[in-house]
Amino acid sequence: MTLTVIFAYLAAVLVIGVWSNRRLAATGEDFFVAGRTIGPFVLLMTLFGTHMTSFALLGASAESYRIGIGVFSLMASSSALMVPIVFFFVGTRVWAVGRRLGFLTQVQFVRARWGSDGIGLLLFVVLVLLLLPYLLIGVMGGGVVLGQITDGAAPSWLGSLLVSGVVIGYVTSGGLRGTAWVNTFQTAMFMLLGAVTAILIVTSLGGVGQALDRVAESRPELLVRGDAIHPLRLLSYTLIPLSVGTFPHIFAHWLSAKRAATFKAPVVLYPVCIAVVWIPSVLLGLFGNIDFPGLDGAASNSVLVRMIALYAPELLAGLLGAGVFAAIMSSLDSQSLSLGTMFTQDVVRHYRWGGDLDEARQVRLGRLFVVGVVGTVFLLSLVAERSIFALSVWSFTGFASLLPVVVAALYWRRSTAAGAGASILTVIALWTWFFVRGIGDADYSVGGTGVMPVAVVFAGSTLAMIVGSLLSSPPTPERVARFIP
Amino acid sequence: MAAGAARVTAYAALPALYLLHNDLWFWDDPGRFLGLPVGLSYHVLFSAVVVLAMWRLVRVAWPGDVLDELAGEVDDDGVDRR
Repeated sequence: MTLTVIFAYLAAVLVIGVWSNRRLAATGEDFFVAGRTIGPFVLLMTLFGTHMTSFALLGASAESYRIGIGVFSLMASSSALMVPIVFFFVGTRVWAVGRRLGFLTQVQFVRARWGSDGIGLLLFVVLVLLLLPYLLIGVMGGGVVLGQITDGAAPSWLGSLLVSGVVIGYVTSGGLRGTAWVNTFQTAMFMLLGAVTAILIVTSLGGVGQALDRVAESRPELLVRGDAIHPLRLLSYTLIPLSVGTFPHIFAHWLSAKRAATFKAPVVLYPVCIAVVWIPSVLLGLFGNIDFPGLDGAASNSVLVRMIALYAPELLAGLLGAGVFAAIMSSLDSQSLSLGTMFTQDVVRHYRWGGDLDEARQVRLGRLFVVGVVGTVFLLSLVAERSIFALSVWSFTGFASLLPVVVAALYWRRSTAAGAGASILTVIALWTWFFVRGIGDADYSVGGTGVMPVAVVFAGSTLAMIVGSLLSSPPTPERVARFIP
Repeated sequence: MAAGAARVTAYAALPALYLLHNDLWFWDDPGRFLGLPVGLSYHVLFSAVVVLAMWRLVRVAWPGDVLDELAGEVDDDGVDRR
């Protein structure tokens, strides 16, 4: 039953993606940014689905199981505040400049803003290196989830293969429009299924109040922040959601908006979407302590799956599996397409490998790169260690720390290529320094103070941008005027 | 309220919300509010307040003119080209 539901869901996703192909005009702009025609509802749903990974369902409940209610303030309400701010101040301007100048990638944007090929190439390398582990986590997550839900009956490589194959199918078929349509469906699925799962399980536990009373008897420390989270960790963790401003896949969705006003719905309603997904996840993780006390390490990651197996096996397990697959694929599709876009536009087209690229060849190449990227990631998933999951917060740290480059490009007339280069190089240096010291320690903070490394890397990046720009010659007014009115 | 003042208050709400996100005052409070632990219900309500703040930001501070100019949807004389 479980596998039947999952296969039925994957088939539905493929049908939507392939159907979107009927609307595809064979141009690069249509394939890579949906011809800039996406409306407010689809933009909201696809941005949210792209941003939320399977962590919002499985990881959030596992973290809540371990450290309690504090996980909501740390990861959910911080995103509810910071992500709409980034959409308002950064996303709208990126869309407007991208529309007028015809940009499809961040690297094109940066090259044009500062007239520097080298800065563009440096950014390309950093973005690809930060994004690859993120893709790998998604593909491996598919395998892990299928194994957990089927109680080990399905091998992990099968889940990874399913996720990879379905994503390749609908992304190459419909491009960004197909991705956006499928994401809208998938986002609705994982929001709905998360809520249904929570209602069924909480009802079985006698309601929220009774379940909280039982947690309070055995683990009262989980109902407060206490020592589980350092106040400085909460303060500095708020910078992590700024990564949404530099993710290549989010950038592509911004460019796909039909008009500036399309952004109003995502700006206002994003916190609602976050609450709908995260409140059930956090409560279920908390209540996992009632029936499954004492899980530690990797075992605690499966607390939600264990609860479903106990309270609502078979159909609900299949539906939850579909919901988690939805969360995984709605990120993986946009990430793989954005990498395909970058390789096509920023490398092959920019350096004119094989001569000029006409529209049809851009689309063909984009599809080939998507197949290559996802195929390579699938092969890597067969040999990668499970510890790769710890890389996600490091990936976010890197992306968040690049935001000063984007903000300077959009708002600071005096910013220069030297400043942008200094900022990116500072991110590389500080990120590496902290990564070497902190990898393997989930609670790592700067000098044990509770401050997350992102705060230092972000500050260093900002400072380097300012100093590097002021020490170099200002850009020409004509160049600046194309980006800042 | 004048448009300029409304815009300023909409912008000023953002750093204020950033500070309010760090609710040290409920850090170790084991009480409940609206049926949830107060440290959780505070942040659920906080998210609702963010929705209102963003709604107001979009209403009074939407940079439509700047975005139209940047997107090339008005010409140099301010005439709509769409």
